[in-house]
Amino acid sequence: MDTIINAFPYLMEGLKVTLYIFAIAIVLGFLIGLIVALFRLAPLKILNWIAKIFVDAIRGTPFIVQLFFIYFGLNSLAFISLDNTTAGIVTVAINAGAYFSEIIRAGIQSIDKGQTEAARSLGLNSTQNMRHIVLPQAFRRMLPTITNQAIISLKDTSLLSVIGVADLTQEGRIQASATFDAFNVYLILGIIYFVIIYLLSMLANYVERKFVLR
Amino acid sequence: MTMIRVENLKKSFGNLEVIKDISTVVEEKEVICVIGPSGSGKSTFLRCLNRLEEITGGHVFIEETDITNPKIDINQIRQDVGMVFQQFNLFPHKSVLENIILAPMKVKKGNRKAVEKKAYELLDKVGLREKAKAYPGELSGGQKQRVAIARALAMDPKIMLFDEPTSALDPEMVGDVLDVMKQLAQEGMTMVVVTHEMGFAAEMGDRVLFIDGGYIVEENVPKELFGNPQHERTKAFLSKVL
Repeated sequence: MDTIINAFPYLMEGLKVTLYIFAIAIVLGFLIGLIVALFRLAPLKILNWIAKIFVDAIRGTPFIVQLFFIYFGLNSLAFISLDNTTAGIVTVAINAGAYFSEIIRAGIQSIDKGQTEAARSLGLNSTQNMRHIVLPQAFRRMLPTITNQAIISLKDTSLLSVIGVADLTQEGRIQASATFDAFNVYLILGIIYFVIIYLLSMLANYVERKFVLR
Repeated sequence: MTMIRVENLKKSFGNLEVIKDISTVVEEKEVICVIGPSGSGKSTFLRCLNRLEEITGGHVFIEETDITNPKIDINQIRQDVGMVFQQFNLFPHKSVLENIILAPMKVKKGNRKAVEKKAYELLDKVGLREKAKAYPGELSGGQKQRVAIARALAMDPKIMLFDEPTSALDPEMVGDVLDVMKQLAQEGMTMVVVTHEMGFAAEMGDRVLFIDGGYIVEENVPKELFGNPQHERTKAFLSKVL
C-alpha cells in the first residue's frame, strides 16, 4: 500500500503528460485524416496517389518503427531537431491520421449520392456541400470507429516511453524499479489506463446519443 | 421567352449511349411532361438540364446561358433551376425549416429573419407549417416530397424540374403532391416533369414528350399525344400504361 501511495503522485505527473500528448496528437491526427481523406476522394489523380501512398506506408509499418524513424532518423538530418515529446506527438498524429483518413473516407462514401445531388441542385458548391451536408452526416456515422481509433492511439502513446518521454508508462517504469514493487505499480498503471479509456468511451457514447441521426 | 433550349443533346455513360439526339424548347410558363418506358433516358434528359449529369454532346441553354460551356458558373445557374427528386433527398440531419433555409442562407447569404418568413410561407403553401421543427425521418413520403418542393422553391427558381416526384409514394400520398404541383403550374411556373402519372400529364401538360431509346419519339399537346398517337412505339407504350 505504501508503494502505491508513494508512487501515485509520480504516476499522476506521467498521466498529465500522456493526456497532453494524446489531446494534441488526436486533434492533429484528425485534421491530417480529414485532409488525406479529401485528397483520396479528390478528382485529381496525383492527390489520390499521395494519399494512398501515405496510408499504405503507415499501415504497412509498425508504430515503433515510425517512432524511431521520426525521432532518430529525422533527427540525424542536419536541419531537423525534434525533442522526444514533439517527435512522439508527431508520430501519434501521423499514425492516427492515416487510420482516421480511411475511416473518414468510408464515412463520406457511405452518404447517399442523392444528398450531394440535392445540395448541388440548390446551388451549393462542392465545399459547401461537404461542409453542411456530407461531413455532418458522415461524422455521426463514423463516431464509433473514430472512438475506437482514438483509444488505440491513446494506448500507442505508452510506446513513447521507449524514447524517454516522461509519460504515464515511463513514470510507471521508474516507480517499478524505484520501489521494487513491479506487481502493484504495473497493476495500478493498468487500472489508470483502463479508467481513462473507460471515461473516453463514456464521453463518446454521450456524444453519439446527443447527435443521433433522426 | 425561351427558358430552356436543348440542341442535339447527347449523353453517354462509358460506352452506353443513353441520350442519342434530343432537341426541344421550353417556353416561359410552359409545363412539359416527359413520359416513356424505364431506361428510355427521360430522367437522364432531365438531369442534363441542370448539369447534374455532365453533358457528352450538344448544347443546353438556360435562358441565354449555354450550360455546356465549362467557363460558366453552374452554381449560379442552378439557383434558378429547382429540382425535385424521386427519393426526396431531404437532409436527414436538419429539421424541415433548416432544410428549406439552408440554400437561401448559405448560397444567397440571405437575412435569417426574411428567409425564415419566406420558408413559413412556403410551408403554408404545401400545407406543412406545423412540421417546421420536425425532422425528415418523422414525415411520411408525401410530406417529405412536399417539403422537398418547398426547399426548391425557397431559392425562387425560374424553372422547376421534377424527376418522377410521385413514383416512390404510397398511392394515397400521390394526390397531395400532385395538388401542390398543379397549383405551381397554375401560378405560371415553368416546369419540366418526368412522370408516370398520365392523368397529371394529360391535365396539366402544355406539351408531352414521349422519349424512347434516347430520342424524342413524339411530342405534342396531351390531347393529341394521348388521343391520337402517331408513332407505333408511342401507341405500344400508351396501351400498356393507360
